[in-house]
Amino acid sequence: MNRLFSALILLLLIALPAISGGSYYTNLASQILIAAIFAMSLNLLVGYAGLTSLGHAGYLGLAAYISSWLMVKWGWSHTSSAALAIVSTTAIAGIFGLIALRATGISFLMITLAFGQILWGLAYRWASVTGGDNGISGLTRPSPFGIDLGEANNFYYFTLMVFILVWVVIAIFIHSPFGATIRGTKDQPRRMSALGFNVWFIRWITFTACGFFGSIGGILYVYYHQFISPHSLSLANSAEMLLMVIAGGAGTLAGPVIGAALVLLLKNVASQYIDHWVTLLGLVFILIVMFIPGGIVAGLERIKNSLSSSK
Amino acid sequence: MSFWLIQSLNSLALGGVLFTLAAGFSLIFGLMRIANLSHGAYFMLGAYVGLSVVEAGYSFFLAMLASIITIGLLGVIVERVILRRLAGNSLSQVLATLGIAFVIADCSLWFWGGDPRPVSAPSFLAGGVEMLGLTFPIYRIAVVVCSMVVALGLWALLEKTKLGVMIRASVDDRQMAQGIGVPATRLFSIVFCLGAALAGLGGIVAAPILSVYPGLDADMLPLALVVVILGGLGSLAGAFIGSFLIGFIYSFGQVLFPDLAYIILFLPMLIILAVRPRGLFGKITA
Repeated sequence: MNRLFSALILLLLIALPAISGGSYYTNLASQILIAAIFAMSLNLLVGYAGLTSLGHAGYLGLAAYISSWLMVKWGWSHTSSAALAIVSTTAIAGIFGLIALRATGISFLMITLAFGQILWGLAYRWASVTGGDNGISGLTRPSPFGIDLGEANNFYYFTLMVFILVWVVIAIFIHSPFGATIRGTKDQPRRMSALGFNVWFIRWITFTACGFFGSIGGILYVYYHQFISPHSLSLANSAEMLLMVIAGGAGTLAGPVIGAALVLLLKNVASQYIDHWVTLLGLVFILIVMFIPGGIVAGLERIKNSLSSSK
Repeated sequence: MSFWLIQSLNSLALGGVLFTLAAGFSLIFGLMRIANLSHGAYFMLGAYVGLSVVEAGYSFFLAMLASIITIGLLGVIVERVILRRLAGNSLSQVLATLGIAFVIADCSLWFWGGDPRPVSAPSFLAGGVEMLGLTFPIYRIAVVVCSMVVALGLWALLEKTKLGVMIRASVDDRQMAQGIGVPATRLFSIVFCLGAALAGLGGIVAAPILSVYPGLDADMLPLALVVVILGGLGSLAGAFIGSFLIGFIYSFGQVLFPDLAYIILFLPMLIILAVRPRGLFGKITA
């Protein structure tokens, strides 16, 4: 049943450009997949390790700025610039983790928020390197094996491949024995510690992995938009990613993906009618936190359970 | 020499503004164990409300009063309607305050527009005083004085009144305080209202220096975070020292290293976190 369902979804995703009827929806689907990669990576920290971060857009910014800078200013190739951007973003995540994991809970959230703002401040104020408010443009999409990713459908399939790869790797990571220890540090850090696990180290690995997968999303993001500006690193963007995770269901594999789709669809539909997407984002945030704190996946399961138990 | 003196006054003024902002943030955290992420938005809204009162032709003092009352009331509503329903789940409360911050920021943009709006200082505080052959702007001196009054008032409230005793007891050990009959939920309302009102006051007092613009909230919130992480959460003395420390670092940083001022600002926070995670004066680890 579950396998059949996944196969159906996969078929639907592959057939999407053919049935969507136009590049607008194909592009929207690419954006959703990219957002889903951010949400899945953030979910490692928020859902599995129980550490709520408000600085995830920082990784988007780091990976996007580093790769654009290498390509536009130094003329590096797509492959080498992307590789160095991912490696250095992961390394920076590792260093941030050393400091942020001095705390947990609300303090951890405040420190990650501060990190996000440092990176935003760098992008915004260090204009000689980052171009300030104007950002960096002039980037091109790669064309692996001669396939031009400038074309909407090709880019969609490229993004879909990366998305599936990230999904599979994260699924393996989460279901591995190490994944079980991550969940252990969330629920029972003291017992885990007493059992001889190094709770700090497990969290640090998760924190760094979160940055690694986030940087992959950042590369796709900058390829999609071919432009990066401080706006993409804003607190609102980090909060949007967190909303995707929480709305969909933190600590589940599919939840963040569903959340990403919902948030982006809502944003696209709403922006046709109102100018004030941010007000709506805030209201949705408050409502979800107040009424379905477990997220939509958990909410649906609760409904399903109550239906089957009433039979 | 003149550069250092003038910049020192600017630093003191910024420190004073930061203290009005961070004191409430720190108290709310100490008592309710939540980081109020809408604090920057209260600050900005206070400035905007004051701006409208001043532009309507009323005096600056009336503007201050209007900001304090409006934002204080808003604080009560937020605490009663939203935060109280999420009692016991501090993460949800923090995320709700973030949602509130977005709503306030976006609605302010809607209402007051996207351009930076200058606010003029009251006329008798305009101009400068001559000292040591230098001209110091009077308004900045007045800001420092105003923040000292706030600090003294808060100190007296916390140390000399029964309400203050109850707040301090709840910060130190909430369960024990509740056990001996301290009305925790009423304290939450009072402190949240007080903190919000102070943020609103900070906003209007800072407006003639910083002016009001969309994004002021996002500029101020990280400063408040740095101050309280540095000084220690829930500690008034910590907020005081932290505010003036950050005031000096930020003001001098902006002049000496304009590109990197924002980063220099966060360095002391990182050092403190590495060496003493609970902050200089903090008792709580969250």
